Amino acid sequence: MSAVDEKELQEFAEGADAWFRENVTADPGFMLPLTFMEVGTDQQFEFLRDWQNKVWEAGYLGAAWPKEYGGGGLDQAFQKAATEAMRRHHGPIMLNAIGLNWTGPLLLDMGTEEQKKKYIQGILSAEDIWCQGFSEPENGSDLGNAQLKAVRDGDDYVLNGSKIWTTQGNYAKYMILLGRTNPDAPNKYAGLSFFLAPMQVDGVETTPIRKLTGEYGFTQTFFTDARIPADCLMGEEGQGWLIAMRTLEYERGARGGQAGGYVLTPLDAFSILDLAKRATRNGEPALDDPAMRDKLVEFLIEAQGLNLSQQRGKVPALTQDRPMALALSGKLQWTEFARRMNEYAMTLLGAQGGYYVGDENAVDNGLWARGYLNAFSATIGGGTSQIQRNIIAEHVLGLPKK
Amino acid sequence: MEHLGRIGFSEEQGDLLEVATSFCREKSPMEKVRQLIEDERGYDPEIWREIVDLGWLGVAIPEEYGGAGLTLGEVAPIAEQMGRFMLTTPYLSTVLAAEALNAAGAADQKSLWLPKIVEGAVATLALVEASGAWELETIEAHALAEGGELVLSGEKRFVLDAAAADAIIVSTLYEGAPALVIVETKDLPSGALRRETIIDETKRSYALTLDGVTVPASALFDQNRTLAALAHLDLAANLLAAAEMVGGSQAVIDYTIDYLTTRKQFGKLIGSYQALKHPTVDAFIGYEQARSHLYSAAHCFNEQGTGEIAVRMAKSEACDALSYAADRSIQFHGGFGFTYDCDAHLYRRRAIWHASQYGDAAYQRRKLADLLLG
Repeated sequence: MSAVDEKELQEFAEGADAWFRENVTADPGFMLPLTFMEVGTDQQFEFLRDWQNKVWEAGYLGAAWPKEYGGGGLDQAFQKAATEAMRRHHGPIMLNAIGLNWTGPLLLDMGTEEQKKKYIQGILSAEDIWCQGFSEPENGSDLGNAQLKAVRDGDDYVLNGSKIWTTQGNYAKYMILLGRTNPDAPNKYAGLSFFLAPMQVDGVETTPIRKLTGEYGFTQTFFTDARIPADCLMGEEGQGWLIAMRTLEYERGARGGQAGGYVLTPLDAFSILDLAKRATRNGEPALDDPAMRDKLVEFLIEAQGLNLSQQRGKVPALTQDRPMALALSGKLQWTEFARRMNEYAMTLLGAQGGYYVGDENAVDNGLWARGYLNAFSATIGGGTSQIQRNIIAEHVLGLPKK
Repeated sequence: MEHLGRIGFSEEQGDLLEVATSFCREKSPMEKVRQLIEDERGYDPEIWREIVDLGWLGVAIPEEYGGAGLTLGEVAPIAEQMGRFMLTTPYLSTVLAAEALNAAGAADQKSLWLPKIVEGAVATLALVEASGAWELETIEAHALAEGGELVLSGEKRFVLDAAAADAIIVSTLYEGAPALVIVETKDLPSGALRRETIIDETKRSYALTLDGVTVPASALFDQNRTLAALAHLDLAANLLAAAEMVGGSQAVIDYTIDYLTTRKQFGKLIGSYQALKHPTVDAFIGYEQARSHLYSAAHCFNEQGTGEIAVRMAKSEACDALSYAADRSIQFHGGFGFTYDCDAHLYRRRAIWHASQYGDAAYQRRKLADLLLG
């Protein structure tokens, strides 16, 4: 990429700022999902699909992806400016999370020309929704043990098995799928293959999963003799684990190439302070209670620590003893912080903490209670906090695996 | 939120961190730490001389007095590595005394003492009363003008490194208001210092009886600047304590990991058991968080408002981090952890000591609540 024209970039950023100021809807009249995993109604889905499409058409999504596939062909700095504007004006999330953060970068990195032409634009426009089929009912944390059978039969693969925690599974046109093509491989990883599988074929059925919040957002997906064309295979048979791990790196932003935007409403760690100042507990301002004050300060210290650690991560001299530490502990820290912060928010509310989403008297429309219950999606999904501790213990501290 | 700190790291900090790491590692192996615990003086004068020669005493002293003219932010990495390797000398006490001189000393006191400190004179602070009040303006000792001299009375506690010191800066009430007075230890009557038995055996602490101590009137600091100086010393002491504890946290976690990766039970390395693994990760994350706060406090130390918030956050987090890491270290060393020979208790004692001085984590949070929540 050639050097960025600063003037051009500034004009682009100003344009983005003006666009988001004008186009973000303050109140659509119903509750918008805070994350791509919380899309529970058709109304929410349609709204977010239109929104993503509009952002893409305006040139503020995929700005740094190649022009020939539907991107903007600009430097990453342009997309960064657009995403910042989106955040500044509290724009809703981008819907097509798996497509934007996983499939798209994967295809741009190692896809064929034909695949890029076929899939990228639909990902950006939200016309083609993607979902992810890694976890299985019997294989959650132990992803490498995935058992869904994919058997080659002529020009097809025949799929049998089940995937769980399929986000937007009921809306998706495609699934990135981890299937077992060789049950007799020398180890469990070597028997896996990676597919770009169509969802609208016979033998694929999705059943919505009702979450602990009472809402929807995930499905379980069942495959019964479902036939998909053999050219859905990504790479070669047996490379599934490798490709899946590579895909996870895109999600962490490790290889760059992100489409931009965000699929989770950024957590404002200090929003708890605003609530605390408004909240009443036992008939009095919550912040008159010394125990509540002390706990709140603990959260503010922790929130500030998380911000500072992100900054410190960029200073090599202050990370040299264990360079991977801050990067690998981020997920554990942020997700656990979010869970505990939402939990504390309910205690700030005293008696009002008993309300839930839907009651007219619920503070902030029950956002905190719902946020607490939903927070488990992040402390469990993407590798549970317990697995994260194992990863840090083994990869950062050098503790033995077994 | 306003007045929150941020990370910044100067070239000088980087250089000092590097030099301090290798110096402390080389000069202060644990055998040496153990040996000095048994030593009455508690430190090695030859190492003190080397520290003086490195110019570390003058890091935060203005250039006009022979120092480097930097700030306590540059002392922080030195203190961190001293804490990590438990290299104990009167360094931190002397740095704090120099801060007192610089903040409220009269011009001739500064030009007399600051160059001497750069050259290796030892000085310390006597700010703590029998009441144990962490608010440093709560003072019971008195200074009374009498015939051109100041007659002191009262008793000070937890005066670190007093026996090694050439001068002690004492907080008193003079004409009803806080006043700092510099006392030369050669003028103290015998028996004025009593060594205290404190939980951190690497440090030397003394009770100082002021009754019968008389100093020249010129020993009085600028009284107009005393309250500001006490507020400054509170933060300075907490910054350096946080630094020592952050360093200590790293060391005790490494010490624990060493055991977890060599000790076997039931035929397996004990570090493979999640019951030990996960709390060790939590201790490590606590250390990482505390270290981020430390380097924010070091960077923002001199910023009005921001500095205080950053320092109090750092002290609070460092207290919690070292306490937890060392507590778990004792436990995870099993039977050996219960013996004096295991180093884990040295770190646990260090954390208790620092919590006891200049305000523990709960106290820092109370101060922060007032600052942040109104």
